[in-house]
Amino acid sequence: MISRFERTVNYAILLVFAALVLMPLASIVAGAIAAPSAGATGGIHLENFPAAWTQARFGRYMTNSFLVTGTVLAISVVVSTLAGFALGTMTFRGSGLLFYLFLLGIMVPAEAIVIPLFFDLRALGLTDTLLGVALPQIAQSTAFGTYWMRTYFRASNRSISEAARIDGAGTIRTLWSIQLPVARPALVTLVVLLFMWTWNEFLIPLIMSPTGKMRTVPLGLAFFQGQHTVDHTLMAAAAVMVALPVVVVYLFLQRHFIRGMLEGAVRE
Amino acid sequence: MRPSLPVNRRAAVGGWSEAGRRRSNRLYHPATPYLLVAPAFVVYGLFMLYPLGKAVHLSLFEWDGMSLGVFVGLRNYLAVATDGALRASFAHAGVLMFFYCVLPLAIGLVIAAVLNRAKVRGLGFFRTVFFLPQVIAMVVVATAWGGIYAFKGPLNTLLRAIGLEALASDWLGSYTLALPAIGMIGTWVEIGLVTVLMLSGMAKISPDLYESARLDGAGAIREFFAVTLPSVIGEIAVALTLTIVAALKTFDLVYMTTSGGPGTSTTVPSYQVYYQAFKVHEVGMAAAIGVTLTALIFLINVVVNRTADRMAA
Repeated sequence: MISRFERTVNYAILLVFAALVLMPLASIVAGAIAAPSAGATGGIHLENFPAAWTQARFGRYMTNSFLVTGTVLAISVVVSTLAGFALGTMTFRGSGLLFYLFLLGIMVPAEAIVIPLFFDLRALGLTDTLLGVALPQIAQSTAFGTYWMRTYFRASNRSISEAARIDGAGTIRTLWSIQLPVARPALVTLVVLLFMWTWNEFLIPLIMSPTGKMRTVPLGLAFFQGQHTVDHTLMAAAAVMVALPVVVVYLFLQRHFIRGMLEGAVRE
Repeated sequence: MRPSLPVNRRAAVGGWSEAGRRRSNRLYHPATPYLLVAPAFVVYGLFMLYPLGKAVHLSLFEWDGMSLGVFVGLRNYLAVATDGALRASFAHAGVLMFFYCVLPLAIGLVIAAVLNRAKVRGLGFFRTVFFLPQVIAMVVVATAWGGIYAFKGPLNTLLRAIGLEALASDWLGSYTLALPAIGMIGTWVEIGLVTVLMLSGMAKISPDLYESARLDGAGAIREFFAVTLPSVIGEIAVALTLTIVAALKTFDLVYMTTSGGPGTSTTVPSYQVYYQAFKVHEVGMAAAIGVTLTALIFLINVVVNRTADRMAA
């Protein structure tokens, strides 16, 4: 029997735990709307946001962030859906080896590849460009995306696509009009995970954009902190703006985030 | 008209029928799978496999990034194993593992087990909250905690208010406290992930198992060790892999909060990669640290998963 006492204890644990998680986040939101300097009075100061936006040059960095994230998402989702479809539904020589090669890429940390990439891309004149910051992340995202879509297609219903093929539909048409509409949940999960990882990425844009021309918002925040005169409230306001896009998507699609991060852990 | 040909699966792997696609018993051209994989493989090969191979190559050289490199064999790896500063950075990552992995797992298991005994409503809402730190950029997390740890920040204010003034200190500026202080941020980030993972594992346990354990006279503690824990081995393996790797790859957090300081008390391997390559121009050494990190991550994946499989069998 579950006693009333036990249930009350459970709610108490949940509430304390939730408070501990939320407190640091609340502190930064509170900091962001606090009075910017000693002279100002209390109350809510939303003007910190436009002030931080200008002083931290977020107009530029936000544009960069959306460009990098958009490029990484567009390319890696398309190529990994195609590859995942082939690896998940077709039998062909070398498919096993190819799969393990992609799997390898999920485990390789950015730390290992950024150093050679920096020197090679610099030689090609690609550092400080959109491609220079995006390409390494496209490779990382394709490794995970191929793994994720292969897992999905392997488990998906093969008979519908076989029926479509017998009907004379080509491979691409089968994938586009028969498989993809059904695969939407798996695709949405992939898109939100890649969006979050790319938006939050720090090391790759730090190294691939040495002059800061293609700096994304997380780096913008780090460099804003580096300016000695920065006001704490403006720093907090800038931090809130960095986190906001992902948090908003998370609040709407949290099931996809949780499912993806729990199931996406490689266990083969 | 819909052809009612029986599909011969084995034929699908074979050659291309001369009768043409429509009447063929093949489902696709033999080149189709390769064409589908090609775009992904090209971008992946060029920007992941090739640089990984090149990192291994670079790690065998002493190179400043400009002049000609000198082949030094495994000397960079030897330095990773023997050099005080480099070893210290791996040791720091080991300390962080306790905070990222052991602590969240111990607390997460207990909390999940307690919550699992009496089902409560609104768990979905709490799950969303617990998972929140996972989706927030590390630089933002670092900014938030930097404020909390500040000398005049809320943590010290709280300690003074409850009479523990002696404990108040400059957390991130202290040689002894900075590393555990960073570790606690890791605990805060990972504990929700681990708890949610454990809850989802425990939700799958059949109630019959608990019932028979209770009939055998098992108390809550014995029930935990006899029924709950063995049932979530798979989830524990996932949690261990994710959190250990997160600890090993700590970078943004250190970059934002301490830059490896004070002194070298919070350097980590990822920070050494950046520092060696771009601050002291030891590119070969940076590559060797990156390769070592990769090898460690592989090893941890293999060991954790093998052990879990053996325990589950």
